[in-house]
Amino acid sequence: MLAFINSHSSLNSNKKSFFKRFILPIIALVLGIAFMFPIYILILSSLKTKQGLMTNLLGFPDSQTFSPNNYPDAFDKLKYFQSFFNSLYISVFSVALILLISTMAAWVLVRYKNKASKFIFGVFALSMLVPFQCVMLPLMMVAKSMNLLNPAGLIFMYMGFGVSMTVLMIHGFIKNIPEELEEAAVMDGCNVFQLFFLVVVPLLRVILITAAVLNLMWIWNDFLLPSIVINKAGWQTLPLMTYSFFGTYSTRWDLASAALVMCMAPIVVFYLFSQKYIVSGMTDGAIK
Amino acid sequence: MKRSRLRFWLFLAPALISFIIVVVIPVIIGFYYSTTNWDGVNMNPKLIGFDNFTRMFTNDPDFLRAFLFTSGIAVVTVVLVNAIGLALAMFVMQKFKGANLLRSVIFMPNLIGGLLLGFTWNFIFTNIFSSIGTALNWEFLDGWLSNSETGFIGIIVLNVWQMSGYMMIIYIAQLQNIPDSIKEAAKIDGANWFQTLRGVTLPLVMPAFSIGLFLSISNSFKMFDQNLALTKGGPYHSTEMLALNIYNSAFTSHEFGYAQAKAIVFLVLVASVGLAQLIFTKKREVEM
Repeated sequence: MLAFINSHSSLNSNKKSFFKRFILPIIALVLGIAFMFPIYILILSSLKTKQGLMTNLLGFPDSQTFSPNNYPDAFDKLKYFQSFFNSLYISVFSVALILLISTMAAWVLVRYKNKASKFIFGVFALSMLVPFQCVMLPLMMVAKSMNLLNPAGLIFMYMGFGVSMTVLMIHGFIKNIPEELEEAAVMDGCNVFQLFFLVVVPLLRVILITAAVLNLMWIWNDFLLPSIVINKAGWQTLPLMTYSFFGTYSTRWDLASAALVMCMAPIVVFYLFSQKYIVSGMTDGAIK
Repeated sequence: MKRSRLRFWLFLAPALISFIIVVVIPVIIGFYYSTTNWDGVNMNPKLIGFDNFTRMFTNDPDFLRAFLFTSGIAVVTVVLVNAIGLALAMFVMQKFKGANLLRSVIFMPNLIGGLLLGFTWNFIFTNIFSSIGTALNWEFLDGWLSNSETGFIGIIVLNVWQMSGYMMIIYIAQLQNIPDSIKEAAKIDGANWFQTLRGVTLPLVMPAFSIGLFLSISNSFKMFDQNLALTKGGPYHSTEMLALNIYNSAFTSHEFGYAQAKAIVFLVLVASVGLAQLIFTKKREVEM
């Protein structure tokens, strides 16, 4: 298929523009539809009654099969408002704290060239290889004995898990900032905190946005860690509520599809507004 | 510039403390617990030496099956996701109307959480497939996810849908680094599309290829949420991947010590993939 396109693109311009204007967009449309099909079918199903899903699974809902109640019902059963804000609260606080402590750590790890800084940086880098399953069970015990449970405990754990990747990213960025700038600020009479917050941090804006987006994505979607740390009713995050919802309503696909659409919506909206940062963050994160 | 040790440790402290409590200590006590018969409740488990390790390799068909199943998923996913990702990257880099939109659409599933993806595809494989099957009288669309073969294909389809977009943006980043002049030179020398692909594009895209390769292997090995939501490992543990197998040992059979021993083996597996990547990419950087 691609061979066909490219070998012709070197031919005369009429044929070339025909390809660019018609054939490529048609292939693109087919691909786009194929990738969107699951979401499309989900949205369609979320508008039908349970009966309608059996008689008319693939078509548009009509007056007989349309159900206006799926969304309100699923909204109630997911305690959507509460779980959405739990997720938001936990993710935002975790990300903010991860960024703060990682920037502090990365800065001194770059600027102090001693054995300790090399060793600590090495441990952060190595720890990225440790899969979550390997720390999960002992961590549950640590959490119980130190009372690191529910939102506060969860946020603390995200800090511990988030620092290694974030320190690595910011470390690489600070290395390329000349130190003279900081020296000049010290000459002008900056103390350590002024130096850090007024001189260093503003220079890191680009990498901080990228790190924020990357951390936000995994914390927002994380299921396993909150499932072992959150045990107080009323603090469930969206993934936790989704899971228990499916435990109860696994056969009610009318409600379940509406629930899935509602849980995906925040991610899609966030993606629309910050696509640039997400894409560049995930590419840089992978390549470095 | 004058630097105090105090400042070094003060700035490191928050990151280091949370990291030590959440990652380092659990890893260390995890090694200890892997040699005990810990049940998760009794705080003084008995030491049983390497019994857990010999058991998983000699007397646990489910674990070995999970290992083979996971490896199978990893291999097929790696091949498909990278081939499709590269093809998509080359496709959307053709300048046509809608190319950017298509890129965004294809990348989007990557951001949606594993649970949501798993439940969505569960709906499609069980409901949509069977109703299409009934309408068209295609028997092979019936009973999806009810045996290990369709479960395997199901996980592969989900992986392709989720990860191809990610691989695509990694390849795009790499392809953008190839100067047009090289391709034009090849064209002037009379190379056809296939020759250009083999002689110019593929060699220059190799660095991204190693990243895509390792990323998709380690993602497949660590996969948990998707597995849990799509098949739950069923029927009869036949589609259980390693992470879920460890989870079930702990939370279904309450054999925490045994689960921890499996987690250590899992760590060795995942870490060797990661280390191989580091060595491989470092070597490449030297060559380039």
